[in-house]
Amino acid sequence: MFENIPILSILCYLPLFGAIPILWMRDPATIRKYATGVVMVDFLLSLPLWFAFDRNGRGENLFQFQEGPFEWIPAIGVNYHFGIDGMALLLVLLTTLLGVLAVVSSWSAIEHREKEYYIFMLLLQTGMLGVFMAMDFFLFYVFWEVMLVPMYFLIGIWGGARKLYAAIKFFLYTLAGSVLMLLGILAVYFYNSTGLLGYEGLGNPQTFSVLKFHEIGASMPAELQFWVFLAFFVGFAIKVPMFPFHTWLPDAHVEAPTAGSVILAGVLLKMGTYGFIRFSIPILPDATVELLPWMAGLSIVGIVYGGLVAMAQKDMKKLVAYSSVSHMGFVMLGLFALNGPGLNGGIIQMINHGLSTGALFLLVGIVYERRHTRAIAEYGGISAVMPIYATIFLIITMSSIGLPALNGFIGEFTILVGAFNRTWWWAVFAALGIVLGAAYMLWMYQRVFFGPITNSENKNLKDLSGRELGYLLPLVILCFWIGLYPKPFFEIIKEPVAYILEKVDPSLAPPQVAGTVPAAASTAATAATAADTSAGE
Amino acid sequence: MPPVDFTEFFYLAPEILLAGAGLLLLLIGTLGGGIGGGNRLASVFTLLSLGLTAIALLLVGQSLAWERKLILADTFVLDGFSFYWKMLLLMATGFTVFLSYRFIEEGRYRATEYYSLLLLATAGMMFMASGYSLLTIWIGLETMALASYILAGYFKREVRSNEAALKYFILGALSSGILLYGISLLYGATGTVQLATLAERLPAAASGEMGNLVVLGWILLAAGLFFKVSAVPFHIWTPDVYVGAPTPITAWLAVASKGASFAILVRILYEGLWPLAVDWQWIVAIVASASMIWGNLAALTQDNVKRMLAYSSIAHAGYVLLGVLAVSRVGLWSVIFYMLAYTFITLGAFGTVILLERREYAGEVASDYAGLSKRAPLLAAMMLFFMLALTGIPPTGGFVGKVYLFAAAVQAGWTWVAVIGVLTSAVSLYYYFRLVVFMYLKDSTSVTPVPLQARALVAIITICALATLVLGILPGPFIAFAQQSIDATHLLQP
Repeated sequence: MFENIPILSILCYLPLFGAIPILWMRDPATIRKYATGVVMVDFLLSLPLWFAFDRNGRGENLFQFQEGPFEWIPAIGVNYHFGIDGMALLLVLLTTLLGVLAVVSSWSAIEHREKEYYIFMLLLQTGMLGVFMAMDFFLFYVFWEVMLVPMYFLIGIWGGARKLYAAIKFFLYTLAGSVLMLLGILAVYFYNSTGLLGYEGLGNPQTFSVLKFHEIGASMPAELQFWVFLAFFVGFAIKVPMFPFHTWLPDAHVEAPTAGSVILAGVLLKMGTYGFIRFSIPILPDATVELLPWMAGLSIVGIVYGGLVAMAQKDMKKLVAYSSVSHMGFVMLGLFALNGPGLNGGIIQMINHGLSTGALFLLVGIVYERRHTRAIAEYGGISAVMPIYATIFLIITMSSIGLPALNGFIGEFTILVGAFNRTWWWAVFAALGIVLGAAYMLWMYQRVFFGPITNSENKNLKDLSGRELGYLLPLVILCFWIGLYPKPFFEIIKEPVAYILEKVDPSLAPPQVAGTVPAAASTAATAATAADTSAGE
Repeated sequence: MPPVDFTEFFYLAPEILLAGAGLLLLLIGTLGGGIGGGNRLASVFTLLSLGLTAIALLLVGQSLAWERKLILADTFVLDGFSFYWKMLLLMATGFTVFLSYRFIEEGRYRATEYYSLLLLATAGMMFMASGYSLLTIWIGLETMALASYILAGYFKREVRSNEAALKYFILGALSSGILLYGISLLYGATGTVQLATLAERLPAAASGEMGNLVVLGWILLAAGLFFKVSAVPFHIWTPDVYVGAPTPITAWLAVASKGASFAILVRILYEGLWPLAVDWQWIVAIVASASMIWGNLAALTQDNVKRMLAYSSIAHAGYVLLGVLAVSRVGLWSVIFYMLAYTFITLGAFGTVILLERREYAGEVASDYAGLSKRAPLLAAMMLFFMLALTGIPPTGGFVGKVYLFAAAVQAGWTWVAVIGVLTSAVSLYYYFRLVVFMYLKDSTSVTPVPLQARALVAIITICALATLVLGILPGPFIAFAQQSIDATHLLQP
């Protein structure tokens, strides 16, 4: 379908080039409509990917719609190489969708410096899409860093009271993590070519190709793998964020404008987990297995800690922010269960978290626009004056706490299966996290929506406008879709999951793809886990 | 010592041309115009002579087919490395002329002497880039240094400028003395100042009864070189000189003077002191780490933009030393590639400072930048871009250059230095972005200066920004060029 069209590049750069004409626009209303048009076109262009994608593509065909590799900086072996597998496809679609919703939700929320705002929103979109599409590690890193700049400004210019602090904290944390990751990338790069640190290199031509790294990673000495894993870990764990690297997140989330929070929670955090799946696990299988207990431990601490802290919050946005820490812990636990259900669940839960937390931030933003406060205590009894709002909020709450028939259930259940199969007591702690999640979400819902209206200012709150309903409904529909019929989603990540399992733990791979077992088979494949990649149905 | 063949002076045509132009300009100054007169004429003359020198340089290179050649009794080397630096230095000085125009105009200073000193200093730098004997190098260095002492004090009616010149002169003379003392000790131990011969005789001398002399000699020599590139702990002069000197001269010191000093540092360490690499690598590692740590930490608290950029230039000396430390092809080409990127970035950043300068010193405090994004969106965007480049964030030349400096250190096994490098460069974001905070997140007040309407200067800043962008997006040809330059040398295969 897209044989001769560089569809990924078009998707990625459309927002960037689309931002240029804004420089010459004056009227905020025009800019608003134009920017919406750009992200909308980008979203519509990304939809055909879903249909054209070959769900059974493996081997050469695992990454589809590939562009390149074209020589970019031949002197050091950097290529321009785009391509997506099923997991990246889901994240690309999530990004383009949330991009539209975030821009539409900003129409009324942003009242000054509109021009710069929409330019930064569009640049951010390009950066995020590039991260998910890049198949060259250098290219990936470029997008990974470029994206920080517009986010810094979104928080710094249009944020709340402590915006300067939150913006620079976000930037510094992420930058510190990513520069260490860069050293890890360079270590693999030199290991593949000329060698480093006394380790003999493989003598291959210099390259940053992710696929090549997947191929040679397993042959790296265990000690080198360990250090590279740590370097990658800092970069990705800060982004996820994993406990104890999460402290930037509440600040950034609370101070960011609504759209910024949506993108942060919806897409940026996923970049961290994406990094673990795409790079850490397949490139460094031995180190992954070795550090498994630590990763799981930190994830569990994140789940429980995030839940407990969320319980104590008085500010709705902060509550949702801490709930993110807990939910992302879930995702990480699933990924590092390193079995079919765990990985499947982890990836689906990434999407789920993007949808439901994105929706929660949008919802909080809606009342904030009306009342300019997010304190839970300021509200109460809202359901009487805003029934539609209350209904949607309830659905999203249920999705977030994992009620059956909604998407959260599918993800959390699958992750629990995976975690249980790996080490049963992981699942016990994770289940505790679910209980906590139900507690803080429902308690907040109760305090905000039920009871009598105690604050007179809330008596005249307007219910959702058509525009607000318009940008919330797609999320609600998707929550139900994944909740009721997740098969298409599991199907599209089937091959990527099989690929990773084959890399890290050959005994767990489905038999039909076990033809190319990597050289260094991991030894910790003792957990007799069924390779049931379709769990959760 | 082989006899001097006088036809070899042909190869010195570029240097002779440049020095001649400088002297001629000095002469012209005595003929016409009073104070401040002839600014336009003198700057055009300067640019023309720089351009002609560049052409002469290309012709000389062509005539050698870009092969390495030693001339004048093996004291002067023409190789890829020296050609690269000379082109870079000529370009940096050319840009400095554009930065200087307004300073001369507004301060009503004598133009001819200013430009003539600039040309003579550049001629000295070219000798540094090509010097192949410690004495040739030292004389080139002094030619540059004497001219820059005067230039640093060219703001003669400003106390701070006088102070800067005096400090620079005293400390500079001291370091030149140390350098020369080191040279004399090495000469005493080995009986030569010619780099190749020195490298030949050093191993024997170092293990012989003169061993202590050799150690003291090379350490003093290295200390003098570290002073010139303003690396910690030899950086004390930098902040005061950078703040006090006229801003165009500050920019020129930060790129051209530092660049030429790096050229001789690499030349001496890689060719003359090559046999002692295992020893000096440790010193370089420690100095690099100290520069990165102290330069970045001290910059955190600076409110004066020029002082902040001074500390940042100390930190950047540390980053470049990472490449020197690696003693590898990657390290070497990343050093010269990074200096190219750094030249554009720094000239662009200082150019922006100059546009905001009012009555000599305004435009220096961070709050002068408040709300710049509203008053001059393009200028603010370019300054933002330069700050990103200094931090090392893509898509800028600063990013590509830094990545490979770190890469070289990792590859050579100096991972701990590279870790210090990446962490401090993350820290540096904080102070670079202080300026961005003012430009984008704060509103201007009634006292914030409005940027000048100086078309030529804005054009130069734009060129710097575009070059930084090109080096970040399409660095391929430039990296290949840097690689070719160092391959046409004996730097890594003495």
